[in-house]
Amino acid sequence: MLQVKKKIDGAVRKYLAAGALLVPAVLICLPVLLILTGSVMDSLEMKQYLLPVFREGEGYIRWKLMPDYPTFEHYGRLLFKTPSFFVLFWNSVKLVICILAGQLLVGVPAAWAFAAYPVRGSRALFALYVVLMLLPFQVTMLSSYLVLDRLALMNTHAAIILPAVFSTFPIFLSYGGFRAIPPQLFEAARIDGAGEMRIFLTMGLPLGKSGLLSAMVLGFLEYWNLMEQPLAFLEDKALWPLSLYLPEISWLQAGFALCASFVTLIPAAFVFVLGQDYLEQGIVYSGLKE
Amino acid sequence: MIKKGQKIYHNRRVYFLLFLLPSFAGVTLFVLLPFLDVVKRSFQTAVTGEFRGLKNYGVIFQNQAFVLAVKNTARFTVVCIPLLVLAGLLVAFTLSGFRNASLIKSVYLFPLAMPTATIVLVWKMVFYRQGFLNLFLTKIGEFTGLWGSVTTDYLGTEASFWVLVASYLWKNTGYTVVLWLAGILAIPVEFIEAARVDGAGRWKCIRYIILPNLKGSFYTIVILSFLNSFKIYREAYLVAGSYPQENIYLLQHLFNNWFVNLEFDKMAAAAVCVGAVLFVAIMALQRIWDKAE
Repeated sequence: MLQVKKKIDGAVRKYLAAGALLVPAVLICLPVLLILTGSVMDSLEMKQYLLPVFREGEGYIRWKLMPDYPTFEHYGRLLFKTPSFFVLFWNSVKLVICILAGQLLVGVPAAWAFAAYPVRGSRALFALYVVLMLLPFQVTMLSSYLVLDRLALMNTHAAIILPAVFSTFPIFLSYGGFRAIPPQLFEAARIDGAGEMRIFLTMGLPLGKSGLLSAMVLGFLEYWNLMEQPLAFLEDKALWPLSLYLPEISWLQAGFALCASFVTLIPAAFVFVLGQDYLEQGIVYSGLKE
Repeated sequence: MIKKGQKIYHNRRVYFLLFLLPSFAGVTLFVLLPFLDVVKRSFQTAVTGEFRGLKNYGVIFQNQAFVLAVKNTARFTVVCIPLLVLAGLLVAFTLSGFRNASLIKSVYLFPLAMPTATIVLVWKMVFYRQGFLNLFLTKIGEFTGLWGSVTTDYLGTEASFWVLVASYLWKNTGYTVVLWLAGILAIPVEFIEAARVDGAGRWKCIRYIILPNLKGSFYTIVILSFLNSFKIYREAYLVAGSYPQENIYLLQHLFNNWFVNLEFDKMAAAAVCVGAVLFVAIMALQRIWDKAE
């Protein structure tokens, strides 16, 4: 009897816990829902809901999660009549792809060096890399500017790409993946006569790919959201990434802004869904050392 | 025999340098050397480059904006981090009892993937004087009859600080949950079972077994949250611009405004100070990590 009661207690507790977790979860989702519904809402309908904003005074803004007049007018306008949106969209794509490719080429071998060839002094150097990884942009802003200015790279995409390529964060995450491989495997391969380059390419990369992929997923989300760097180093607005364009749209075009927001969100959401396991792994790696 | 060992070690060093070279060259060129330049500049005047000792440091510590920014940034950190750590622990602990928690975990993690710019308009709608939050509060007031209509302007008053706190929690709870959860799941089940057999209740298990075993995760989470707290500038800047309400004027705003006004002498001194504080914090973290091993 007692056991049955305990079991029911346990079940009740579990449902209560699930309920308690669901409330914040719904709150978390609400902004996405708002963006989605706003992006397909008719401008006139939206104007009605947002009236208090324009008529400084009484009342509150309202919303309907099921618009009365759903329409794709904003999407049509954004995708077919706003060429500047495409310029900025491709700026974002270009920046992200160049940065991630550069990080793969530069950072992954470096991570391999730390993981596969521990020598005297490598631990201290790695500690320095960790410090650099954790410094916020504002602290290094002036030093980046000084070097970019001397190389005459200010106001070009290279000013964003180059410093990001040498970021030490992907090294740290890839290192976590490489460290998880038992080193005896490499010893065996060496005895069988494999060269070091071959060990890196045919064993290190495939076996340690989880760390590397987490670095790419976290990197994509970070650089798709790039703000501080272009704000400081790019004067020409035609070079800006998408993340700086959205806030320039005014209240008057709220529907259009929400639609642009939704389109911006799609690539990030896509990467999030595809790479969620690696994302979680990356977060765990970023909290691990050695 | 000794000779062979030396040769292997020597080879190792060659490969270490080879693989590391591109990255180290870039880091030296883009980060290390220019930072030395910044240290040098912190002792010079901005335009002429004359040596002026510690005067720049004296200037920034008497600068009202700097004092205000340090105060606000410190306040933000002191308020946010305990909240974030606790919220993450609560959610993670509840989730650890579920067999399949991946969906809820994804929901909590999703804000991390949302670009800041996409969320700004939503924040404005929610925290506007006549926005959703006030609408909601007014409805509750009407329903219970306790208060009338609420028209707080959250972005233009002291409340703006709490708006930032809320958006920080919204964005960062997810990864804290993941870190806590990894810590909780790493505790061997046998520990808890053994305690149960010895007659420990649920709370005793938490107090004496789970929490002590999470020490390592705790330090990690605190330091990572601290360093992520600098990214709140994105929300603050997009919602309120370069000169926001004075309660949310952060160090990041100050650095940016100095940069725009070309006040490099102050910037250099402040970068050295903030960098030094962070360096000490990070070194402390590494010490603790090494001890935990």
